[in-house]
Amino acid sequence: MAATVLKRLAGAVLVLWATATFTFVVQLFMPGDRATMIINTQAGNLQNPSPEEIATLNERYGFDDSYLTQYLHYLGDLARGDLGVSYNQHQPVTEIIAAQIGPTIVLTVSALILAWVISLIITVLATGRDNVWSRAATGFQIVTAALPPYWIGTILLVLLAVQTGIFPVEGDTSVIGLILPALTLAIPLSGFLGQVTQDEFERVLEQPFVTSSRTRGMGDLGVRLRHVLRHAVLPAVTLSGWALGALFSGAVLIEAVFSRPGIGGILVQATSGRDIPLVTGVMLASAVMYIVANLLVDVAYRYVDPRLRTA
Amino acid sequence: MTAITLQPRAARASRTGAFLRSVPPGVKLAALVVALYVLAAVAPGVLQPHDPFSTDLDSSLLAPSLQHPFGTDQSGRDLFSRVVEGARQSLAIGIGATALSFVIALVLGIAAGLGPRLVDGGVNRFLEVLFAFPTLFLALLFVAVFGQTVTTQIVAVAIGTAPGYARIIRGQFLQVKGSTYVEAARAVGHPYPRIVAQHIFPNAMRPLVVMFTLGVGQAIVWASGLAFLGLGVAPPSPEWGALLDAGRNYTTSAWWLEVMPGLAIVLFALSVTVVGRHIQERLEGKVKVQAL
Repeated sequence: MAATVLKRLAGAVLVLWATATFTFVVQLFMPGDRATMIINTQAGNLQNPSPEEIATLNERYGFDDSYLTQYLHYLGDLARGDLGVSYNQHQPVTEIIAAQIGPTIVLTVSALILAWVISLIITVLATGRDNVWSRAATGFQIVTAALPPYWIGTILLVLLAVQTGIFPVEGDTSVIGLILPALTLAIPLSGFLGQVTQDEFERVLEQPFVTSSRTRGMGDLGVRLRHVLRHAVLPAVTLSGWALGALFSGAVLIEAVFSRPGIGGILVQATSGRDIPLVTGVMLASAVMYIVANLLVDVAYRYVDPRLRTA
Repeated sequence: MTAITLQPRAARASRTGAFLRSVPPGVKLAALVVALYVLAAVAPGVLQPHDPFSTDLDSSLLAPSLQHPFGTDQSGRDLFSRVVEGARQSLAIGIGATALSFVIALVLGIAAGLGPRLVDGGVNRFLEVLFAFPTLFLALLFVAVFGQTVTTQIVAVAIGTAPGYARIIRGQFLQVKGSTYVEAARAVGHPYPRIVAQHIFPNAMRPLVVMFTLGVGQAIVWASGLAFLGLGVAPPSPEWGALLDAGRNYTTSAWWLEVMPGLAIVLFALSVTVVGRHIQERLEGKVKVQAL
């Protein structure tokens, strides 16, 4: 067990190094002179900066060094947890991210939990039955899995906040203010997780051990909860690590819809301001969380499926 | 003579009839919706009740009504006509982004699926790295490095979505390569290039047509997401993403400016998905859910 975990950790570190290398290499393709670009973005218009101004920036960010030197500096800084300094905000990227990442993590994790709850309830109650409800549930899942999150968010915002005033309109950071954004992210994900779980649930319902439990006199709901569900959640557990990445994409959009504080605002601002260190910093931070989440999924998988513990 | 020519025609007609009967009504409706979108892109004038560009300040910010089904914007322009007008550019962005995404994915997927084990391993690792980044973040990195233009918007969506397609294409090629009919062709002694051209390629590529159709809907959703964040480009024509972006300031006062262009995108993506899935089911039996 310990050896497996160590092997996974080594793999994770390798992927992390590769993601850092990828973001570094992409920067090299930036068209035009980088120092001039930074000066222009900061000034907000096109101008011809003096050679001294350019030289100062080149000196500060090390643009004159060879690519190899820049790369080694970049990796060395990363190893010390230093993501560089934002071009536009003149603050260390790690500080900017640390100040804003809390609300985003709260949002994505609550959305993931909510999506699981919704999809499990629908799966346990509706799968393998042929009635209006189960068909409505399937329809709901197909439709919601295809809906863009910003649109669901807008609809919920208009219906439940603007028109009826049940929920705060925007910028609210309390638990009440979390409900609509988390629900917005959870709805399409629950459709997706639900479809995957239901396919597996249907397959497991036909297994011999289900029939044998029924002949022992177990009630229908008991069989579904105690025996079928445990098998049926496995594919969705695997997908949850992937889902976290999808939730980050969605969170950026949803934070914009509800004017919530978080990583989305920084990322959008940094992208339009072409603040490369901040953009790559946010990407690396999300990659770290993605990798950690997938490590956790590996562990969770072993917990749900005891057959893997000895392997 | 006439009898001979008529007979196959009649047979064909009844076959068309049988085909139409076998299509569920929901799929027919979705196909009709897709056709309307194509019509809007080809000949927008046919569907527009008003001039999409004529302003009328007396009727600004009107809620949806029979006269203005999607309402009007702050300059009194008819939103429905503007959405119809934007179909051409939005579909072009969606098709362009998907096409580019497929080119990237095909190069990676075929190299991995058909190439030596070393190449497969390399491509696989590379994809694993790309998967560590959320789709939208990959697209944003591209926009940040190359600046905001129509081209970068298309390329950004293509780059964001390509890793997913590459993995599916690689899987397709590996699956076909390991199939019994390829093994049989080898046993018969066909040269490998001929097996690739005759068996592996056509069979591995077949599902891609449907995947492409589904992809266009997804690409439009991603591109409009970029525009929604204010990272698209405001073009002269009312592209759907640009309409969404413009409507954002009015969410609390004039909801239709945000909801209706979104509805246009959702309806298109949904119809394309329903039609695409139906074709896929016809070709290959029950569809398995896959992450795109």
